[in-house]
This record gives sequence, structure tokens and C-alpha cells, in this order.
Amino acid sequence: MRRAAVIAALVMVCSSSAAAAPPPVQWGEQLFGANCVTCHGPNGSGILAPVHGAGDQTGLGPSLVGVGARAADFYLRTGYMPLHDVHAQPRRSRVLFSKGELAALVAYVASLGSGPTIPKPQPSSGNLSDGQALFTEHCAGCHQIDAEGGYVTNAVAPALDRATPVEIAEAVRIGPYLMPRFSERQISSAELNSIIRYVQYAKNPDDRGGWALGHVGPVPEGLVTWFIAIVLLIGTCAVIGRRIHS
Amino acid sequence: MKRWLIAVLVLLLGRRRRRPLVEEPERTVPRGEPDPGAENLVLALFGAATVTAAAVPVIYAWDAIPNQTQFLGLALGLAFAFLAAASVVIGKRLVVTEENEEDYSTTHPGDEEALEQIVDESGSRFTRKRLLVLAGAGAGTALGAALLTPAASFGPVFDVSSLYRTPWRRGIRLVDEAGRVFLADDVEEDTFYTAFPEHAGREQMGAPLVVVRLKPADLQLPDERRGWAPDGILAYSKICTHAGCAIALYRKPTFAPVEPRPALVCPCHYSTFDVADGGSVLFGPAGRALPQLPLSVDQAGALRAAGNFSGPVGPSWWGVRNHGARS
Repeated sequence: MRRAAVIAALVMVCSSSAAAAPPPVQWGEQLFGANCVTCHGPNGSGILAPVHGAGDQTGLGPSLVGVGARAADFYLRTGYMPLHDVHAQPRRSRVLFSKGELAALVAYVASLGSGPTIPKPQPSSGNLSDGQALFTEHCAGCHQIDAEGGYVTNAVAPALDRATPVEIAEAVRIGPYLMPRFSERQISSAELNSIIRYVQYAKNPDDRGGWALGHVGPVPEGLVTWFIAIVLLIGTCAVIGRRIHS
Repeated sequence: MKRWLIAVLVLLLGRRRRRPLVEEPERTVPRGEPDPGAENLVLALFGAATVTAAAVPVIYAWDAIPNQTQFLGLALGLAFAFLAAASVVIGKRLVVTEENEEDYSTTHPGDEEALEQIVDESGSRFTRKRLLVLAGAGAGTALGAALLTPAASFGPVFDVSSLYRTPWRRGIRLVDEAGRVFLADDVEEDTFYTAFPEHAGREQMGAPLVVVRLKPADLQLPDERRGWAPDGILAYSKICTHAGCAIALYRKPTFAPVEPRPALVCPCHYSTFDVADGGSVLFGPAGRALPQLPLSVDQAGALRAAGNFSGPVGPSWWGVRNHGARS
């Protein structure tokens, strides 16, 4: 009884403290002004023609009105934004903001217009074999069947080894940079769970063939054959030959 | 025809150098006893090799045979085995052999002639040399024909009209993989779809489409294709014009001012086709634009073909530009 009361009190304290400190939109606005406004414009309205901005930066960037917490969370938590050069492909890099700052920025971008929220995928409810089939159909063209990434003309399809379930769920719906985006009609939430489950499996696959050599395919396998296996084979032959001779 | 064949045969056989009717020099290799049994065996083996090798093109052409591939392999393997057996019989039973051990020196100019003489004289057991040569040549020819047979799989040579044919014609509806009809409203921007003709074979080269939607203002289609993309919905053949791979990559800019144009990309060799201007090649080894299919939207809102492709579908061949696609 007493334990139940303690737990109830704790829950109340936690929930009230969470309620007392909502992600401050004002703080997010300050951070936005300091880090994002050069390219995304005042109030996130976008800059569609190049503007010479502060710090010798060229300002050019899409509007963030209505992109919602989903896109803001994806681009910030992966380190895709801020971008050092507006013409470069956003890539995973060190996140320069603290967790609190991230939440504040995401809250501010979400407040710019009504938009989608951060998804909550449940890969554990997905089906691994369905996931592989769906990944093959929708994703493997660029990211390769082992999720090691690949190329499209003018862009790199990143490896998914560091992508978290939430990031994958966000990316599929957003379609960052040159990636197509997939609506609920193309890939349902249940199917997305299966895809995420497969991607998580693909990070640590069950390599029945032994040494996978980075899962990059026949080129390193051939190199191993030519430069290691054949040398060993010839060495063995030489040893045997010498023994027979002596 | 028959006369010609005989003439060719006589020409081929008659070319052979006649043995000069002069005194034979002193023999190096002892004269062997003729062995008609062995010769008959060799002839039979050559004949068997000819028959099995000639069976290869027959099996290849006869699609009704079950397990065709296995029989092809069997026939070819037997042909080689018979040839090998014939060679073994010739070597073991017909060529006169003797073993000499002698230090070989490089300073004997007469050696070469002596060697020729040995080779010549080793054939002393053959009584029907010409027939044997003919049988061997027959087996070789049949085997050569067998080995060339798979080249027929490269595609039609004389009648290429089937390569121009596609299942699309005006009015055919677009369906997805599950057979559901594509409605214009189903097609969203920034993503891509695979579509097939309703009630038609999907295995045909001309069947699969990739469907994308752009903003109508972003279209740059040539004038003669005005109206091919209702509401900005475009359909292209999914088969790359370079090597026939399925075009599985769609690259769409998130922020057009700084990113590359929307394009369809083939994953095999990265041929890149411009979506907005009718499938022209932006990059890669493809030599022709991706064929575009004109679309229309019917009263129920379903997507239908408004004709056939802008050009032949799939990898190019000799004279590919001679015709357009046909239904």
C-alpha cells in the first residue's frame, strides 16, 4: 500500500515536472535565429533565391512552414543540418546541439505550421521476411539489399548502419535530399515496422558464408581470392613439392 | 544443288597432295599392320560424335522437349566424349608407336625432316585415310555448329518486328502489381510507382511502366507530346534502353534550386533519364531516350494509355530507329 502511494507520488512529480517544463518554443526561436535563419529565412519561410548572408554564407533554403516536428527531428538528430554548403548533400555528421536544444528547435519548427509529428515505429511488431521483401522492392535499388548504401547519379545513398528506427521511419515519409518519399498508401505503418526490423537485422546479419568482408560484394571477395587464397595455395604447393624433392 | 555439292566435295578432297611415286627413303618407323577393326571403331565414334553434336541444334530448336537444358548438355557432352574416344583409339591402336631414347641436340638440321618422316610413316596402318579424315571433319563441323547454336538466343536476326511490339494501345488502363486500377488521384508527387497494362502479359519487355507526377508547370515536354501528361502525371517504360535492366531508382529533389533535376536512374550502369523533358538521357551509357507512354484520365478518374510509346522499348538493336513502337 505504502509502495503504491510512493509510486503514485513519483508519477505525479514526474508528470508535473514534465508539464512544468515544455520544450520552450522561444528558446527554439533563439537557436533558429542563431543557426538556421540565414538559409531558411525569418520565421522559416524559406529563401528561394541566393542571398549573401552573415559570415560570408550564401543563404538559400526551403520553407519549413508545415514540415512539422518529423522533418525537423530527422534533419537535426542525424546532423544533416546545419549544412556547411547549401549545394552539398546533407550527410550524417556530429550533432552540434544538446538534447534540450534539439527539442527546443524541433518544437519551434513544429510551431511554424501544422505538420506531422515524430513517428513512433514498433519494429518488434514487424515481420523480418516481409521486411526483406519490402526493402528489396522499395529501398534496395539505392541502399543495396544489405543496407550498406550505394549511389545514384549526383548523390550518395547513405548506409543505414547508424540509422535508428525513428530516423528510418522519418526518412521513408520525408524523402530527404534526392530520396523519394513513400506515403502511407505505398508503405503502410505495419509494413514500415517490418522494413525497420529488416534494416536492424541487416546491421548484424547472420553470415552463414563466414567472413562477410563488409558485405560489399564480389570485388573484395575476388581480391581475397587473388591476393590471399592463391598465395596460400601456391605456398602450400611449394612446401609439398620441396618435401617430395628432398 | 546436288552437282554443286559434289563439285565442292571433289574440290576439297582433290586438293590433297598425292604421295609422290618415288622410291621410299629408308624407314625410321617400322611399317605397322593395318587394323580395319580399329578403323571401323574410329569411324563409328566419329559418326556418333557427329550425330550427338548435330542433335544439339535440334534439341535447341525443339521447345516441346521437357528438360531441354539437360538434354542439350547431355548431347554436347556425349559429342565431346565420342571425339575423345576416337582420339584415344587412333592414338593407341592406329598410330605406330615406338619409344626411342636419344639425347636431343639443336645442331641437327636434318631433324625436322626426320620428324616429318616419322609422322608420315606413323600413319602406315591407315588404309582408309580419306574416309577417316572426312569422318573427323564431319564430327568437327557438327560440333562447331553445336557450339554456335546458342548464339540464336541473342535475339531475332531477320524478323525484328516482335521487338517493336508492346501490349499498350489507346484506352488500356494502368494497374498496379496487385491488379488494382491506378486512379490519377492515387499518384502523388515526389515518389514513383510501377504500373502494368490491364489484362496483358507482364513478362513482355514493353509491359512495365514507371509512373511519376510532377507539377504541371515543371514539365518541359516537346511540343508534339503536349497533353501526354495529364495533371503532370508521366509514364515511362521501366526497361532501360541501355541493357534492359528495370529502372528502380527515382531521384527527386527536396529543394529544387540547389539539387539535381528529377530523374529516373537505372541501377545497373547509372543511365539517368530526365523525367520533365520526355526521358532524355542526362548521364550514362544509354543511347536513346526512355520511351514515354502518353496518358489520359477517363471520366472515372482512372489512368489510361492514350497511344503507344514514343519509341521502341528496351535495349537497342541494329536499326532500332527504323520504326516506332507498335501495338
